[in-house]
Amino acid sequence: METLRKIAVPVLAIAAFLAVWETLVRINGWPDYVMASPSDLPAAYARFWELFLIGAWQTLWRTVAGLALAVVFGLLLGMIMGFSRIMRDALYPLLVGFNAIPKATLVPVLALLFIGQHDFNTVMMAFLISFFPIAVSVGIGLSTLEPEYRDILRSLGASRFTIFRKIALPKTLPEFFGALKVSVTLAFIGTNLVEIVSPHGRGLGALFLSGQTNSNYPLMFAVLIALAVLGIALYYAVVALERTFAGWAERQAT
Amino acid sequence: MTGGPVPGPRLAPVDAARRMKNIIEISGVRHAYKTKSGPLPVLDGLDISVPEGEFCAVVGPSGCGKSTLTRLVAGLMKPDAGEVWLDGQKVTSPRKTVGMAFQNPVLLEWRSILDNVILPLEIVAPSMPRRDRIARAEALLEMVGLAGFEAKRPSELSGGMRQRASLCRAIVHKPDVLIMDEPFGALDNFTREDLWQTMRDLRAKEPFTAVLITHDLRESVFLGDQVVVLSGRPARTQHILSVDLPQDRTIDVLYTQKAAAMLHVLRDQIKIAQGRNPEAA
Repeated sequence: METLRKIAVPVLAIAAFLAVWETLVRINGWPDYVMASPSDLPAAYARFWELFLIGAWQTLWRTVAGLALAVVFGLLLGMIMGFSRIMRDALYPLLVGFNAIPKATLVPVLALLFIGQHDFNTVMMAFLISFFPIAVSVGIGLSTLEPEYRDILRSLGASRFTIFRKIALPKTLPEFFGALKVSVTLAFIGTNLVEIVSPHGRGLGALFLSGQTNSNYPLMFAVLIALAVLGIALYYAVVALERTFAGWAERQAT
Repeated sequence: MTGGPVPGPRLAPVDAARRMKNIIEISGVRHAYKTKSGPLPVLDGLDISVPEGEFCAVVGPSGCGKSTLTRLVAGLMKPDAGEVWLDGQKVTSPRKTVGMAFQNPVLLEWRSILDNVILPLEIVAPSMPRRDRIARAEALLEMVGLAGFEAKRPSELSGGMRQRASLCRAIVHKPDVLIMDEPFGALDNFTREDLWQTMRDLRAKEPFTAVLITHDLRESVFLGDQVVVLSGRPARTQHILSVDLPQDRTIDVLYTQKAAAMLHVLRDQIKIAQGRNPEAA
């Protein structure tokens, strides 16, 4: 019953969303070049399924690669900022400033810096756009560790590394996963930004562009829905990881 | 009136005989924190001696440097002047023979109660087989009335139960010295009295020398063999009260003439420490 509810509720919500969309298009009598309706999409998927599979794979692996880089770099940066006050003071303005730059403006910069390295550029952008939440939340998690937590091990002569491994790291995991959920969707935006703004014929972004050039509006909407599905899949992959490694932080519903 | 000797403050250097006899020997300790508005002295002439197996309760006005005292004894910081000796050795850094408990039980949410209690053994005795660690932790949890809760998460336990688990963790590695910083301070009165009795029973079974920082005078008399009264900041040893009561105390002992007289002395001393005239109100 519980599992049924957990699956049925979101599925019903999605069905309701599609129904409202379909109804709106029909009531207003919009042609598909103004707004495609959900009933237009199956045809697009059936016709271009091969391109969808190839594009989705290209988008997915580059997003995940960028995200993996963001996790490693974000964790490192977060640790540096979490443990050293000086580094925190030094890095915060730089990071905030960098994060404030619209990433679309970086696409041509990257494209010129690494001409022709499309995979590298795309992974880079996914990484650049998504490491910030991880670095900040890990940094805050570590720097706000109550001194008593440290003292119970430090008073036994434990090394800094042991304290980090046994206490600071696990205690920061819930914050880390919270940030990772934000970063997942950001990384997708990064990947698609490069695929659409700096076209190189790869990924779902390229399929979106070709839909635009050919005035195939149902195809464009079909790409958007495919991106949403990928995003949801990756998000729930993170949720599954979170359950495994930080499930203790979840409270029973009361 | 209280029957026990009440020695005055002592500022002489620690002699060898004293160090041998006392597990904890604090002598002439001074310490100041650096703040933006200059040094803030918190300890100024602290003397405490605790013989092996004795229980020393430390009371004093708020903010008088009691917590600094726990960190000094644990070797987490060094005093500006004076000496702290544990078991015949001068304390300069943390040592494995110390256990700590705080007002906040600081249990690790991602570990079961059993694994929380085992934590110090992972640091102090890395080669100890897990089976032995579990046996040791289970025995302690049973002693404090937590048998059957080994697999629970800390969040599933009440405040009093969490503090019981925290006490088990503080003594699981059989420390020579147990340092407690207001461990019962956040509990309601009835739970607190339960835990006093748990503490008393633990002492009967586990040999350790204890320093208990507290705000509760009744607690200090019920648990302590001696009660040290600190003056207001910067704190020095203002008064030492020997608690001349039988070891197997019950809560009832607090309602005897003898205990009442001791509590009265302590109350007067706290007023002096706060800079108030004990005769007034």
